[in-house]
Amino acid sequence: MNIVLFLAPASIGLGALGLLAFFWTMKAGQYDDPKGDAERILYDHLDDKPPASER
Amino acid sequence: MSHSLALHRDLEAFVRRDDAGRGRFELLVRGARCAGCISKIEKAVRALPGVEAARLNLTTGKLSVELAGKISDPGRVLETVEDLGYRACLFDPAEAEAAQDKEGKELALALGVAGFGAGNVMMFTVPAWAGLFGQELTPATLTLMYWMAAIVATPCALFAGRPFFRSAWASLRRGKANMDVPISIGVILTLIVSFSETLLGGKHAYFDAAVTLLFLLLIGRYLDHRLRAGARSAARDLLALQAPIAMRLTDGVEQGVPVADIRVGDLLAVTPGERIPVDGLVEQGASELDNALITGETALAPVAAGARLHAGALNLSGRLVMRATARSEDSTLAAIARLMEAGAQARSTYVRLADKAAALYVPVVHTAAALTFVGGWALGLGPREALLRAAAVLIVTCPCALGLAVPAVQIAASSRLFRRGVLVKSGAALERLAEADHVVFDKTGVLTQGRPALIDAPAHLVAQAAPLARASRHPLARALAAEAGAGPVAQDCVETAGQGVEGVIDGRRARLGRAAFVGVQAGDVRETELWFGFENNVKIRFAFEDRPRADARDTITKLRALGLSVEILSGDVEGPVRDVAREVGVSDWRAGLMPVEKAAAIDALKAQGRKVLMVGDGLNDAAALSKAHASMAPGAAVDAAQNAADLVFTGDELGAVVESIETAREARRRALENFGFSALYNLVATPAAMFGLVNPFVAALAMSGSSIVVLLNAARPRLRSFNR
Repeated sequence: MNIVLFLAPASIGLGALGLLAFFWTMKAGQYDDPKGDAERILYDHLDDKPPASER
Repeated sequence: MSHSLALHRDLEAFVRRDDAGRGRFELLVRGARCAGCISKIEKAVRALPGVEAARLNLTTGKLSVELAGKISDPGRVLETVEDLGYRACLFDPAEAEAAQDKEGKELALALGVAGFGAGNVMMFTVPAWAGLFGQELTPATLTLMYWMAAIVATPCALFAGRPFFRSAWASLRRGKANMDVPISIGVILTLIVSFSETLLGGKHAYFDAAVTLLFLLLIGRYLDHRLRAGARSAARDLLALQAPIAMRLTDGVEQGVPVADIRVGDLLAVTPGERIPVDGLVEQGASELDNALITGETALAPVAAGARLHAGALNLSGRLVMRATARSEDSTLAAIARLMEAGAQARSTYVRLADKAAALYVPVVHTAAALTFVGGWALGLGPREALLRAAAVLIVTCPCALGLAVPAVQIAASSRLFRRGVLVKSGAALERLAEADHVVFDKTGVLTQGRPALIDAPAHLVAQAAPLARASRHPLARALAAEAGAGPVAQDCVETAGQGVEGVIDGRRARLGRAAFVGVQAGDVRETELWFGFENNVKIRFAFEDRPRADARDTITKLRALGLSVEILSGDVEGPVRDVAREVGVSDWRAGLMPVEKAAAIDALKAQGRKVLMVGDGLNDAAALSKAHASMAPGAAVDAAQNAADLVFTGDELGAVVESIETAREARRRALENFGFSALYNLVATPAAMFGLVNPFVAALAMSGSSIVVLLNAARPRLRSFNR
């Protein structure tokens, strides 16, 4: 049973990591222009980083 | 291309500057579709002097431009984008600020947190459920599982529940109970009971239910928000495209300003193709005005120095310099705006389907929960078990399905309409549209195309005049050129504002324009006309008429088949209205109505208990649009009409009205089906919870099961559309 005490926090930690990643993508503006991002990947010279978030 | 006339003008008012002088402004770009477009536009704009960065958002069509210093001006950027072949216009800085979707971000965050909580809490509650079915799980382990579930679920539920708690609190302070009140009470009570049960070593704790419930509800909430936000931004884009910049003259220099910033006494320049921004008097210049959107009149009105101008009229043929006599918000619109406000207030009392359901549901559920607690205690269950059962009642009846029932259906319906070019401004609009039983049409620009078309002219005469017509920007000349098709253009063309155009065709001098300009005695002109003639030769007359839309008659037949009655209320004079009414097959029509009379006619119909759908495009319709039970406006309508209307249809087909009504009715049917299902579900679940037959596993299953059924019903494709 002791293994639960280790595994449970570990899995929650992984989940929280995912949640933090989601927060980061929101903040970084990765959902602001899904259509444009799908197109930008096609050309090398296009800036395919997410835009600087709206101030 | 009215905007290309705005070149080399000072548009500094549209730039937001920071302290260091770096500027930022936004352009709305229409027509960009692919990576090639992005590449072309960004490259060209970045190459301009003074432009530091340019980025095009393909989803919203917004081009954000950052300027390094004072050297560059927005006019150059506008010109560059238009030269590439895209339509572009400047965003009012205030509008650009408002377009940022804060509420959507907050909901998405709450949804993310709730999703995380709902997923991870199961790690601990699924073992606990296994214990409920006689699997090996010692009481100590069960308690441990519940504590871990509590650590995950409680903060998530409290964070994700904030939108609900806030709305419930606001509603309670107004002395009412909306759907968020039972949700908030349910979530908080569930958490409290679960904590106390875990502390006391009980077998039933509902930590997972609290957060899963919020997750499912937030899906519905988020969908509803996306629907409204999407339609709002689309409507805002339409308006930005047609309510552009006013040109203020200061010491002879033209400077672009947002229309709202115009002050009384300002001198303004209005080039052909632009709308009169505010009420005023003509100082210089002569032109013709198209009042179709303001009064519904199809005849053009000539103006010269000293003439009074009304905001919203379209300047057709000559450059006008005018002096503003009113600010934007005090212009002709003021009286109409007051009427619109009254209409909007009446409409805000409309009770939405979901709120009607909530009004029934809230007291019933709370009574059932209270009865369970009091009755259970009285019948000897003990307060702890009675409270647990009351909480179970609140959980299993908690309105996941109810909360999803309407938004899921409405988002499916409005995305279907959006693909057909119809913007739905809100879910409530669809509900009201479904109830409509009488349709009132405006004539000009709704039943008709809103632009003149040539009538009864022999092809060889049209071909003779066409070379001159192609050289002119006047709408009548354009109609003539459109009739003739592509071909040669006359040489040495000179256009005289408000008069006509002169040029050389095959070596012969010719004129096209008003009767006096061409050299004919102007008689009593009833129809819109244009004269043409070679020097010292016979003069030819072309007559124009505003033709009904191609599918107008068909649309009206279909509306009748749907059980709606049809009527025309127009501000135009009797003759044209009678002709159009006969042509589209409507016997019930009235002409020469003032805006106030139109609104009064709607009120009269309302008093008879009719649910009126108003379809209009003009300023004179705006009050009627906001008073009607539901309203639609074409995409070419004035901004006031588009603001007042519930739905805006783009494209040339009036059939959009029929389709919208059919879709709205279908959506209503689906929503009612979903309510029926929720009611059935609650009828089974509530007694089960009251008699203690529900455990956390059953609650979780019932909750998500009912939500999935409702979502599937909303997404179910329309069967009848396959038969067409």
